[in-house]
Amino acid sequence: MAAQIYGFIFAMWILMLIGGGLMIYFVAPISFPSNIDPIITSGTKVFLALLLIFIWVYTLTKIKNWIFRSQIKS
Amino acid sequence: MEEKIIAAIIVSAIAFFSIYAFTPILIKFLEKRNLTVKDVNKKDNVMIPRPGGISIVIGLIASEIVLYAFFPISEILAILIVSILGFSVGIVDDRKVMGGWFKPVALAFCAAPILLLGAYDSNLDFPLFGSVSIPSLYLALVVFMIPITGNTINSIDVLNGVASGFTTIASFALAISLFILQNYEIAIACLALAFTSLAFYKYHKFPSRIFPGDSGALVLGATYGVIAIVGHVEVIAAIAILPAIVNSFLFLSSVKKIVEHREIKNPTTHTDDFKLKSTDDKTTPITLVRLIIAKKPLSEKQICNEIFKLTTLSGVLAIITAFMMGVEL
Repeated sequence: MAAQIYGFIFAMWILMLIGGGLMIYFVAPISFPSNIDPIITSGTKVFLALLLIFIWVYTLTKIKNWIFRSQIKS
Repeated sequence: MEEKIIAAIIVSAIAFFSIYAFTPILIKFLEKRNLTVKDVNKKDNVMIPRPGGISIVIGLIASEIVLYAFFPISEILAILIVSILGFSVGIVDDRKVMGGWFKPVALAFCAAPILLLGAYDSNLDFPLFGSVSIPSLYLALVVFMIPITGNTINSIDVLNGVASGFTTIASFALAISLFILQNYEIAIACLALAFTSLAFYKYHKFPSRIFPGDSGALVLGATYGVIAIVGHVEVIAAIAILPAIVNSFLFLSSVKKIVEHREIKNPTTHTDDFKLKSTDDKTTPITLVRLIIAKKPLSEKQICNEIFKLTTLSGVLAIITAFMMGVEL
């Protein structure tokens, strides 16, 4: 079996580690001035988390398409 | 520590030998009542008894009750109840084919005992970077975790021995990770799951003598999911089942909706010597099996071995991640 599938698993692992780091270092500490409703702070965090997930899924979809095409070609 | 070692040995032995002894009886019982299905990847009209989930749940419950006698904590009780509920959802689907949304929704309700018993911690631990407290969001994670793991294991149950062999490797990796993190009681519960899957694999491996059915796949998946939550090893547990997550991801990204697996076109077909090859039909979904055989046709046994190699890699990555939990940048 092609090494690309092992690479895909490894890429997912790396993306999970990086995603966790970004969440803890950048998203979780976000805070706005006290006069801003806390719901806006939470909403911003959720939006950024969803954006990270979207980027994660988009990247994996691209890798998947590349692997499938290269498997069929070879 | 001595008590924990004794508990680990007894619980593992009960999980393994109860299924090892009971499954042949169940096979005969199901055959006698004509509760069999066709094995579509065999040349002749081979009929296989189903559901083997009955055997799996008996072994799991017996071992978990003994574990609860050793350690009467709410986490073990939550594992026990969720296992039974996961099996119940599966057995309904085995008896009557339900719609695509039935299993995810019903499995979400199976998470209720975890919340009611308070057997969770709302901190989500990440390797290298520490943890983040997400009290409200974690409730959603608990509700989503059981349907995700249940359906993920169920969706990989496409070839002889894959679901049980896959769960065996992933559960042993998760049990080792829990021992590394010194969460011994839950590690023993995970060992019970690993030995349960291993004993069932003896009868499920190629050529299968019994199929687990939805009840078997869902009880394995739901138990794995609840162990991940009560053991606070959500990220490690996800890493250990990456090949199955890849399978679900590939499927969902090509189908783009949640459907019952029986409703979709088969992405594989057979060669003259009955190897599996990828179909030329572009409307069929890309799955892990299709990706493995995209280059050349392989026999069922060869594909199973490839999936097990991928699972071993993800298991090793999970154990590495467990070591990384102790390191903070």
